[in-house]
Amino acid sequence: MKITIGLSSCGIASGAIEILEAIKAKFSSVEVKHVGCIGFCFLEPLMEIDDDMYGNLTPDKAIKIIDCHLNNLSLDEPQIDKATLLSVQERIVLRNCGIIDPESIEDYIGREGYQALAKARGMSPDEIISEVTKSGLRGRGGAGFPTGLKWSLAKKQEGSKYIICNADEGDPGAFMDRSVLEGDPHSVLEGMAIGGLAMGGDMGIVYVRAEYPLAIKRLKIAISAAEDKGLLGDFKIVIKEGAGAFVCGEETALIASIEGKRGMPRIRPPFPAVSGLFGRPTNINNVETWANIPWIINEGAEAFAKIGTEGSKGTKVFCLAGKIEQTGLVEVPMGISLKDVVFGLGGGIKNGKRFKAIQIGGPSGGCIPEELLQTKVDYDSLTKVGAIMGSGGMVIVDETTCMVDVARFFLNFTQNESCGKCTFCRIGTKRMLEILTRITEGKGEPKDIDLLIELAEKIKVASLCGLGQTAPNPILTTLRYFRDEYETHIKEKRCPSLACRNLLIYSIDQSLCTGCMLCAKKCPAHAIFGEKKMPHKIDYEKCTKCGLCASLCKENAIKVR
Amino acid sequence: MTDFTKIDEILSSFEDKSCLIPILQRLQEEYGYLSIQVLKRIEEKTGMSGAEIFGVVTFYAQFRLKPQGKNMIKVCHGTACHVSGAEKIEESLRQELAVKGDEPTEDGLFSLEKIACLGCCALAPVIMINKKCYGKLEQKGIKRVLSEYK
Ligand SMILES: Cc1cc2nc3c(=O)[nH]c(=O)nc-3n(C[C@H](O)[C@H](O)[C@H](O)COP(=O)(O)O)c2cc1C
Ligand code: FES
Repeated sequence: MKITIGLSSCGIASGAIEILEAIKAKFSSVEVKHVGCIGFCFLEPLMEIDDDMYGNLTPDKAIKIIDCHLNNLSLDEPQIDKATLLSVQERIVLRNCGIIDPESIEDYIGREGYQALAKARGMSPDEIISEVTKSGLRGRGGAGFPTGLKWSLAKKQEGSKYIICNADEGDPGAFMDRSVLEGDPHSVLEGMAIGGLAMGGDMGIVYVRAEYPLAIKRLKIAISAAEDKGLLGDFKIVIKEGAGAFVCGEETALIASIEGKRGMPRIRPPFPAVSGLFGRPTNINNVETWANIPWIINEGAEAFAKIGTEGSKGTKVFCLAGKIEQTGLVEVPMGISLKDVVFGLGGGIKNGKRFKAIQIGGPSGGCIPEELLQTKVDYDSLTKVGAIMGSGGMVIVDETTCMVDVARFFLNFTQNESCGKCTFCRIGTKRMLEILTRITEGKGEPKDIDLLIELAEKIKVASLCGLGQTAPNPILTTLRYFRDEYETHIKEKRCPSLACRNLLIYSIDQSLCTGCMLCAKKCPAHAIFGEKKMPHKIDYEKCTKCGLCASLCKENAIKVR
Repeated sequence: MTDFTKIDEILSSFEDKSCLIPILQRLQEEYGYLSIQVLKRIEEKTGMSGAEIFGVVTFYAQFRLKPQGKNMIKVCHGTACHVSGAEKIEESLRQELAVKGDEPTEDGLFSLEKIACLGCCALAPVIMINKKCYGKLEQKGIKRVLSEYK
């Protein structure tokens, strides 16, 4: 009997460790294999026994299931339909995630691990680069720059190159890179070592954000195991931990940060390929980009280029989060429609609510409405509708999410994270945030929409780095597709989604309230009053609109508009 | 603080200026925050200017200049958590613990900070206490989570 348990951050947050301990205590003889995230995060904690998979476990349930398997008893626990969840997915980057033990190099080697590196050693640098170029792989970190071209530019430079993996993953709502590093760290290391051979570099650096302690731990284990076995040859890899700055995902800022400075971007050229870390030629790629490399070398460029569309080859990993049933991680061929991702793999919207939009690409991306759900997942189609492919975060929102608030949320983020070096980003994002805040507080003026558009256009062209250049995107797309929501906030001082707190009015339906006093007792502002068993009322002077009463009321007597 | 042995020991384990961020991370791990004395000692020992060091400290969100509570609560305010009610979770936490801003609780048990994304978005809303994540939180479940640390 083979038992595996998913031990990635999401599994652990859902209680996988407690389950593991319970199993160990109860069945001292059974062996439990640890794996990374298979992507069904909404079902965590997960356990697989031979080919049967079970989710939403508790320690008791897990023990009962193992007991039944051991003793061939019948079991009424529902199994997870893995085949359906994995249908239409095509797994290249996630080929080993959820299957191998990320802390075991033998497991990785057992699945063709390090064979691509061995193969690459028998190729000339130009042959490797030409294979990557022919595959059509484009950078998965957001901008989609062709990887083969990037490598060939770096190779042309004199001297040894730094090979950097960008694992800063600062986009809120994205966790692809974390899952790859936690589930299959060797694939990234192998990709980097191949990059070293191709471009001529013997020093690799993985820049990981400090918020990912488990990814860092597993990377460390992987690096020392690969070095112990001598698999990396002369190629050395070290880890640098970020310190919490979104802008450090931008390549020139990332370099400054590794050099120990404030992580401020600088004007390019010179590009890192010419003058990067400590002034030396440097090549930076994203985690997912690197993880594709061993597969491309093993299977060949043609196999990769066969998947996807004209301008976007291969697959893309997406994180599905927000108001959908099946949150988690999926890897789909380029060219699939957004609808197939959200309603097929994501299982549609939670709690019977209505779909409103997909936020794709994080703070640099945009919101795509229902009418455009047929849009294809590829670089050009997404850009055409005003969003971007981005790094792969998809947050799905329903009718209860206010699109003006979403725009305000992102501007708050970019404004906070702006490094302050260039004026348009530093001051422009601040002004846009002020306007959006004003609108969500019911103080918006009719001229605000034009003002937002004017600022957005200027900030886009005049900012120094990608952070500022793309910061207006969330505003521009929400204005393009949800302008009526802005107008209702401004003209009627009302939030149609009932999300903007300052615009809400809570009241108690006198015919439904039974006077149970639950809300009155719990109200943190002591704003609810009334006699026992008599309908209660809200003191509007005191009410802070926190909404706790509405979440507590068993009679649904608290109304909000 | 007059005893600099520990700081000096840590400082001597790093090689050069480019290590400033790892040095600060290591020292913060040791002391929970970066006091002025600690920063001054780095200045003396490494020859970097105080302005340069302070500039780096204030640039990165990870570094703290004030002492924190025994347990650090990080409330995720990423996109997925935001649309799933992160504001309300934070409000309940603050009420429950009576914490204001970045000051620790009176009994010194907790500090609270906002964070951009914990990377557990599939389980939104999420908080992290020390190194443990809690997902799919509800306002009414807050007390139970906190009780683990009291
Ligand atoms: C503000 C900003 C943040 C970024 N954050 C990331 C990030 O977290 N991870 C990443 O791989 N790329 C990020 N990028 C893109 C990088 O600058 C760079 O293009 C990328 O790492 C190149 O790798 P690729 O060609 O493999 O995509 C960011 C860019 C900007 C402007
Ligand atoms: S948005 Fe909260 S964990 Fe990512």
